[in-house]
Amino acid sequence: MRRQAFLQAGPSLAARRHRRVTWVADTAVGAKTDPAHGEDPSRRDFIYIATMAAAAGGAAAIAWPFIDQMNPSADTRALASIEFDITKVGEGQQVVVKWRGKPLFVRNRTKAEIAKAVADDSASMKDPEKDADRVKPGKSQWLIVGGNCTHLGCVPTFGGGEYGGWFCPCHGSVYDTSGRIRKGPAPTNLVVPEYAFVSDTKVKIG
Amino acid sequence: MLRKLSVLAAVAGLLTAGLAGQALASGHPLPAKNLAWSFEGPFGKFDQAQMQRGYKVYREVCSACHAMSLVSFRNLGDKGAPFYNEKYPNSNDNPWVKAIAKDYEVADIDNETGDVIKRPATAADRFPSPFANEAAARASNGGALPPDMSLLAKARTAGPDYIYSILTGYATPPAGLRVEPPSHYNQYMAGDLTSYWSGDHKHVPPGGFIAMAPPLKAGQVTFDDGTPSTVEQQAKDVSAFLMWAAEPKLEERKQTGFAVLIYLLLFAGLLYASYRKVWKNESH
Amino acid sequence: MSGHSTYEPKTGFERWLDARLPIVRLGYDSFVDYPTPRNLNYWWTFGGILSLCLASQLITGIILVMHYTPSADHAFASVEHIMRDVNYGWLIRYMHANGASMFFIAVYIHMLRGLYYGSYKAPREVLWLLGCVIYLLMMATAFMGYVLPWGQMSFHGAVVITNLFGALPLVGESITTWLWGGFAVDNPTLNRFFSLHYLLPFMIAGVVILHIWALHVVGQNNPTGVEPKSKSDTLPFTPYATVKDGFAMSVFMILFAFFVFFMPNALGHADNYIPANPLVTPSHIVPEWYFLPFYAILRAVPDKLMGVLAMFGAIACLFALPWLDTSKVRSMRYRPTAKIHFFIFLVACCVLGVCGAKLPDDPVIPGLTTFQLMASDLNSYVWLSRAASLYYFAFFLVILPVLGLTEKTLPVPDSIASPALSHPAAAPAEATAAPEMKG
Repeated sequence: MRRQAFLQAGPSLAARRHRRVTWVADTAVGAKTDPAHGEDPSRRDFIYIATMAAAAGGAAAIAWPFIDQMNPSADTRALASIEFDITKVGEGQQVVVKWRGKPLFVRNRTKAEIAKAVADDSASMKDPEKDADRVKPGKSQWLIVGGNCTHLGCVPTFGGGEYGGWFCPCHGSVYDTSGRIRKGPAPTNLVVPEYAFVSDTKVKIG
Repeated sequence: MLRKLSVLAAVAGLLTAGLAGQALASGHPLPAKNLAWSFEGPFGKFDQAQMQRGYKVYREVCSACHAMSLVSFRNLGDKGAPFYNEKYPNSNDNPWVKAIAKDYEVADIDNETGDVIKRPATAADRFPSPFANEAAARASNGGALPPDMSLLAKARTAGPDYIYSILTGYATPPAGLRVEPPSHYNQYMAGDLTSYWSGDHKHVPPGGFIAMAPPLKAGQVTFDDGTPSTVEQQAKDVSAFLMWAAEPKLEERKQTGFAVLIYLLLFAGLLYASYRKVWKNESH
Repeated sequence: MSGHSTYEPKTGFERWLDARLPIVRLGYDSFVDYPTPRNLNYWWTFGGILSLCLASQLITGIILVMHYTPSADHAFASVEHIMRDVNYGWLIRYMHANGASMFFIAVYIHMLRGLYYGSYKAPREVLWLLGCVIYLLMMATAFMGYVLPWGQMSFHGAVVITNLFGALPLVGESITTWLWGGFAVDNPTLNRFFSLHYLLPFMIAGVVILHIWALHVVGQNNPTGVEPKSKSDTLPFTPYATVKDGFAMSVFMILFAFFVFFMPNALGHADNYIPANPLVTPSHIVPEWYFLPFYAILRAVPDKLMGVLAMFGAIACLFALPWLDTSKVRSMRYRPTAKIHFFIFLVACCVLGVCGAKLPDDPVIPGLTTFQLMASDLNSYVWLSRAASLYYFAFFLVILPVLGLTEKTLPVPDSIASPALSHPAAAPAEATAAPEMKG
């Protein structure tokens, strides 16, 4: 048997093989030799510190995928931005588009609506904003705003209220032709999302 | 201990040899041809040019009957995909992807009238199926259902090797083999031809019947990069493309794996060193 | 070994908590100061590895459920949604699927360790029984989990296994219909398997706690089979066992990572990437590899009911083991005849596993035809299964009971740490004899 041959090969072989086991009688009784005895303490700890640091790094690296998986998945992100053909919206008309799960108003404003909005630029309002800041330069007839009232999220309807804009039936907020809050409990103007004209007929939202 | 392990290994080896011997028994298909693929091995990568050619074969030949409904157009622009371009990290912006999508029509509901209409697809859409449903697919294909290609390369044991073998495995049926149209004889198709064979029963021809007629012809698909369009080339390229379609994350998986294994080897080394240090003066 | 707790709360907060809920004390006594035999070899690290597997499966499973749709119409597509669209979904899915295989690799090694070293013998019978319960729960969980992707193998595997209950006389068909929730495996079956697959792992966790509790009452076994007699026989669990278990876990994780990243579908079946179709049966229905030995035993018996009973009987043998083995010597290190039979048993299990994947009438040695016995050629996998099954049952029901009474065992050492007679091959005069060298 391999083992027997080895054991008979002599104490030096056995001793080399079992260098890590100081196999003498007093150790066998279990007296724990002082681990610091004869060792440089900083070298003793380095391996443990390095191991624990590696473990912490590994734990962080494995934790990230488990956290990121709850972020929107690729198919949801694909619908994060949409392209919309504005030729379908006639003057004075409004289209409601579903974007990121919520309604979006795309309105082709008449000249009268634009004029009314600009005229009220300096009027006192809860969330002062110039009409020009809410549209793209040279395309002021296109107003694109989120279709949720900034109060508690209901969808306002166009043509109600005394400012010629939107009226929210839930608690009576009134918006003007620029989507700015003029009356009622809503705190801020209708949200203008990030958008850009990719051509004269197409707008990319989001 | 070692002797026991070697006995075990010998037994296992014998059994595996027995396993391999099965393949050529009568009535079984030929084992799939073994090709070298760029995506094989721990450092495998998809060859973008090959996948673009493969996509063209899919588009011009296969998509007439085969759906790929789990793949979205935007996937074509993802990292590792046929039309990936670094300038467009968001594949939804990739102009090639948008152009490819526009060529397809997908069903949708008209917002105003509520009618079912067809509109050009966008990057976010999935590849449309050529048939409305399974029954329509079978009706158009003599009762056979062309399988969806989204996972075909993983749904067959030999994967892309198998797809390549089938596409190039059509052969003239040997005399004595009764082939019933519309079936075709293919040496790599699973099946037992014993009951169709009137020759020597110890030498039944390998393979089986496939409902699909040989789909590829030389020169049928012109490759934009000038690669000669042989049947073998088309078959190889479309098989590679289908491997991507089945496992788009292959490259990311292998690259992450390499980094993870390096880390784990180092970590195991550190732990072993800690273990030796902790146990240094203790008998085991 | 349950003994007096040596935990000393240091801070005010620790004292306050210790007086109300001594959980830190429990943790300290169980995993820090706990006396562990000093001669445990690497086969003892698989308990810790199994805990790691359970944690991994629980975490990846809970995450998968966030994205999975348990309906027959959408299950398959939802799994592909995870693979393609969910951030790192492919990683989590492959970890869960391969993690199940790793779980079973570890549990089989863990069980074989128990078998070889006699860890099931008194006073560890309850520990062994709890382990068998965990094994049963694992098998049920894995079976139901495999159904969830609703591929061809998922569906038809569910059909085969649920049909087994139809073999029971009188109540069989009612039970099968009750399991299905319909007249065939369909959406109701999928939904209830989903619910139970989510539940069972938490039951496993509970039984694992009982298992560890039972272990700590009687203490670990060790390769000599001799109980620790003095403090010199043991070492505190932390840092000695912790660091060894940690190292073993990292090696195990290398194997796990190798499967997940480079061979993620090697242990699965290609047919499960085909959506389930009740009208088309796969040419070759095969369960996952960890069920193959039992599948082979099931098919080895020609009668349907007897086959089912044989399959469950094979698991029942495990439960009965503490009372079947009559040997007074615990560890097979000192039982040379039993050791040989152990390795033959191991080979028989592997042979059964290979047979489970084969068609019963396929020849073992290709091309060789011998004579027909009971409607099958002798050179067939079904006969090989029968031979291996016979040995499997004989091992538990005949060999172990008889060997315990008739075997000539080797001398067992006095204690773990004693130098004399510590290893059967060492001559008593050799002072440098090494008990840790494993036999």
